[in-house]
Amino acid sequence: MLAAVISLGSLGCFAAILLAMAARRFAVKVDPRQAALLDVLAGANCGACGYPGCSAYARALVAGTARPDLCRPGGPETLARIATILDIEVAPGEPQIAVVRCRGDRQQSRAKYDYQGLEDCRAAQKLAFGPKTCPGGCLGLGSCVQHCPFGALSINEQGLAEVDRDRCTGCGLCVSVCPRQVLALAPAGSHIHVQCNSPDAGRKVKNYCHVGCIGCRLCIKTAPECFVMEGFLAKVNYGHQKPTAMADAMERCPHHCIQDLAEPGEAAPHSPSVEERTS
Amino acid sequence: MKRRSFPGGTHPPQHKSATADTPSEICPLPPELVIPLAQHVGAPAVACVNAGQRVGRGQVVGKPNGFVSVPVHASTSGLVVAVESRPHPCGAELPAVILQPDGDDVWAEEYLTQSFHVLTTETMLERIREAGVVGMGGAAFPTHVKLDPPHGKTIDTAIVNAVECEPWVTADRRVLLEQRDKVLTGLEVLQKISGARQMWIGLEDNQTDVAALLAPHCKQRGVGIAIMPAKYPQGAERQIIYAITGRRVPTRGLPMDVGVLVQNVGTVAALTDAVTRARPLIERMVTISGPDVARPRNLRVRIGTPVAHLLKHCGLREEAAKVLLGGPMMGTAQHTLAVPVLRGTSGVLAFRRQDITAPAVGSCLRCGRCVAACPMHLLPTFIADYARRDALDLAERFAARNCIECGSCSFVCPAGIPLVQSIRYAKGAILARRRST
Repeated sequence: MLAAVISLGSLGCFAAILLAMAARRFAVKVDPRQAALLDVLAGANCGACGYPGCSAYARALVAGTARPDLCRPGGPETLARIATILDIEVAPGEPQIAVVRCRGDRQQSRAKYDYQGLEDCRAAQKLAFGPKTCPGGCLGLGSCVQHCPFGALSINEQGLAEVDRDRCTGCGLCVSVCPRQVLALAPAGSHIHVQCNSPDAGRKVKNYCHVGCIGCRLCIKTAPECFVMEGFLAKVNYGHQKPTAMADAMERCPHHCIQDLAEPGEAAPHSPSVEERTS
Repeated sequence: MKRRSFPGGTHPPQHKSATADTPSEICPLPPELVIPLAQHVGAPAVACVNAGQRVGRGQVVGKPNGFVSVPVHASTSGLVVAVESRPHPCGAELPAVILQPDGDDVWAEEYLTQSFHVLTTETMLERIREAGVVGMGGAAFPTHVKLDPPHGKTIDTAIVNAVECEPWVTADRRVLLEQRDKVLTGLEVLQKISGARQMWIGLEDNQTDVAALLAPHCKQRGVGIAIMPAKYPQGAERQIIYAITGRRVPTRGLPMDVGVLVQNVGTVAALTDAVTRARPLIERMVTISGPDVARPRNLRVRIGTPVAHLLKHCGLREEAAKVLLGGPMMGTAQHTLAVPVLRGTSGVLAFRRQDITAPAVGSCLRCGRCVAACPMHLLPTFIADYARRDALDLAERFAARNCIECGSCSFVCPAGIPLVQSIRYAKGAILARRRST
């Protein structure tokens, strides 16, 4: 009994000493700031910063090879804490959110062909440039949904991508995945967006769908400077917003592609579907 | 006669009897020809005519733009109505010359008949280029580029590809039967230009009647006839080279790296017209077939004839649910019938709704049939899986880029998985990533 206790005890002590020596001798020197940074980062390992996970980003931050404002999920709070830890000065950018720039659902838009194949927008885009007549419309096969690390995206019953504003962190992964750039980042504080992504002239857009921007410029006439034209497509000038004028423009938009996304309950006035129109 | 093949491949039902033994007919001119400026691999031609201009048959309407490019010609005489974007078989709208035939069909200039023996190689290559000859098997690669290998590459074997392994399509067979002399002259031209010592005509064993007809002429010219078992994709370049010569084209290499030149039989016939008569390629053999076509047959079609015109001419049993350009294995489905026949269009196939029911997509059973069928020795199920998970590094390590997109794996998959589509996506994504870094 005693012999066993002594022999095992001494073995244990020997191993403990060995381990303690090894721990000291082979210790990996980690900058304490790296551990602190890892604590303040969002911890989603989303990869939106361009690094494989939060710890890699923390390492890059300490090494000084990464910009401090890349953690989109963390937002301004994380940025401020990163700045404190790294002892640098930063100006927080405005938080952003993903916006689906298309309202051309199954009813409103015209299909180019029946698509059977991989449930992936990028693969579908390779078949005659996508199954929708509109070259900019949401294909609704959910590549963005698959890639969103926060579960903020979904495809609704009508085959359009939808953003959950509460869950979206503005990381921008969906923007880089979408083969048609239907998704775009916009300031999270803005509610009014142009929900169309078609670059073509009105004559063509009318053929594609019933809710596309036809480039009539009515919004610009109603709310100058709040909107800008890019080719035949109106865009919100997010740097210069006047809520009342923009609400007017929203009312006057003939194809209802300017939408207030903060009030989703209100449905757009009925417009005839493509089927009704062509028959 | 040799009888060799390649490992892998599949045996899709052939459906060739509908058109194989009916002599071809001339397709009447459509009310409007749509002649795209991009009909070949390489830089598209640049339009050199304007709306309102009258052109003769065979007149150049698009000038080549660079070395890997060929001119585009008016397929008949008439009035240029417009130069504008029109639906192209690739799915996009691309610039095309719209021609209204005047019905006279007069050549723009007199073309002399000249023996090719007096011509130099340079003159012949120049004529081939000016005639706009491209690979008519489907790839539409400019022939003058293929015939003019860079220094240090010598060609010792030339193969005329008459395998036509795609089901339904019989255009190459009709060319071989009806334009035999042109093909044989083309062979001699090919031999003179390339300096090949060995010449082969490759056929599948369902074409032994053609082989028997050709045999005496080929023997006289020292051309071998290689009969290969009917198996898909026997007509693919690497597969036919391996079957006939036993040589393997390197992964990123070209047939010229192993001293071989492969030309489609239609191209060889077009080559004869280009060299001996300086006539441009404005017409080709097209198989109009499929279960929805009332009177399936081969037509000699002017380039630029809209598909709708061909289907109207041959009659449809009911409204087509799917129309393919090319064969059913590698052809492309069209979303509009306004697309024209191009130089590389071998067939127009129409299917009814009941012919095209796609199998329900299930999960991979790990049965390995795609692996056995792949003629490129790839593991399609693995690559497709990596593609779906965006694991591009793994897809690349499993040689996704070697895929020739023949469709054998998708065809044999009992779970109906769109394997080729996944692999094609991976190939595109790998290339895009390579370009961006």
